[in-house]
Amino acid sequence: MPALSLLVFLAVWQGLAVYLNNNTLPAPETVAKVFWQACVTGQLPFHLGVTLLRLVVSFSIAMLLGCAIGIVLGRNKKLDAFFDNWLVIFLNVPALVTIILCYVWFGLIESAAIVAVVINKLPNVIVTIREGTRTLDQDLLDMARCFNFSRRKTLVHVIWPQLHPFVMGATRSGLALIWKIILVVELLGRSNGMGYQLHLFFQLFDVASILAYTIAFVAVIQLIELLILKPLDKKSLRWRR
Amino acid sequence: MSDIQINIHSKTYPAIGQAGLHTAIADLKLSLKSGEFICLVGPSGCGKTTLLNIIANLDTDYDGEIRVGQQQSHPKIGYIFQNPRLLPWRTVRENIELVLGSDQSPTVIDPLLEVMQLTQSQHVYPERLSLGMSRRVSIIRAFAVDPEILLMDEPFVSLDAPTARQVRELLLKLWQERPHTVLFVTHDLREAIALADRLIFLSAAPMTVISEITVPVPRAERNDEKAIEAFRQQLINDYPEIKQLL
Repeated sequence: MPALSLLVFLAVWQGLAVYLNNNTLPAPETVAKVFWQACVTGQLPFHLGVTLLRLVVSFSIAMLLGCAIGIVLGRNKKLDAFFDNWLVIFLNVPALVTIILCYVWFGLIESAAIVAVVINKLPNVIVTIREGTRTLDQDLLDMARCFNFSRRKTLVHVIWPQLHPFVMGATRSGLALIWKIILVVELLGRSNGMGYQLHLFFQLFDVASILAYTIAFVAVIQLIELLILKPLDKKSLRWRR
Repeated sequence: MSDIQINIHSKTYPAIGQAGLHTAIADLKLSLKSGEFICLVGPSGCGKTTLLNIIANLDTDYDGEIRVGQQQSHPKIGYIFQNPRLLPWRTVRENIELVLGSDQSPTVIDPLLEVMQLTQSQHVYPERLSLGMSRRVSIIRAFAVDPEILLMDEPFVSLDAPTARQVRELLLKLWQERPHTVLFVTHDLREAIALADRLIFLSAAPMTVISEITVPVPRAERNDEKAIEAFRQQLINDYPEIKQLL
């Protein structure tokens, strides 16, 4: 079934390309050729790798910080009331603004790019994990307290499994968000990475290359989903009936 | 070992929405001797669970004090909650092993699993268990910590009669082997008489002690249904107010 739907998608693309017969929509075959060329020259793997590295670093920082802050805010009403407004502000600052400000304040350097991505992603993680922490089962927490669980034991065995669906949600939406922001970050202030390349192709009006890079992009995200996220889901949900 | 002095002036739940201010406990004084087996008997909703939560230090929002002997540290508590409260993402065995202290060997669980007929199911996740089985797991969990105070909140509800009898015997055996203070909440008077050194009758909310009665039936005769029934009849005749509670 998925194979069939993919085939139909390709057929529609091919049909449109033939019908329009225009440089702005190259046929799948052309894109495949460009894709292969870019792979052989090492251009595509290099820029994709650079972007992936930025993704991993900024994603890890955002998730770690976000989970920690989210749990604290979810467990502590006073802190939550105090920082709630801050969250709303950061949630609503446009991504482009944070990126520009980071480059203006810290210069066109790698760490500024990472910070910009983290700041964009962090409030989302915090809000999701905070909601999760609020729904924690008080009965189980009482049980843990009554039986003298240590803090670490409570976190690992009582709190974390309950937060798992929320963490996975934040991971999925986070990956999608960071992908998009990271390209803008690269476009504005880096001299490598997917964003930089796409900008270049835009100026050259090279639609085939743009599509080739996009496909590589989508494929990588699918692989992350299939090889990392799905197995994680399966492993941690095996206790369900 | 430690005696426990309970002196709660009042415990109130604040008014929320339509529900007004609720006074759950008023002027409750109890003293428990170390190693004593106490049954708390009272109508449902009278605040027995609230009392257990206060003793277990889960609820600190009350006016009064609880003194446990002379020792400063909090006593080791085993609590069998009204619902089993197992971690659904850990197997039966993991659930029990988690409460063990670092000085305890995991093998102490095996005989308990055997008696409760759970050896077969020890690697199963709790969602696959029946309520009765989950309840037995929670009972093992409380026994396994070797508690100084064992709190039991209607632990035998939803166990079938033969299992309940077995668990009751196991409870008495463990208690005699290694004396600890037991607070057992029930509204089954027969069960209470069969188990307790002392019965404490509690009023409807706001809860307070109506009477404390030492059970005169010797431990050896506790298996005798007739002796228990006779004492029950005598209790109801002597204390008409108890009859109203049940």
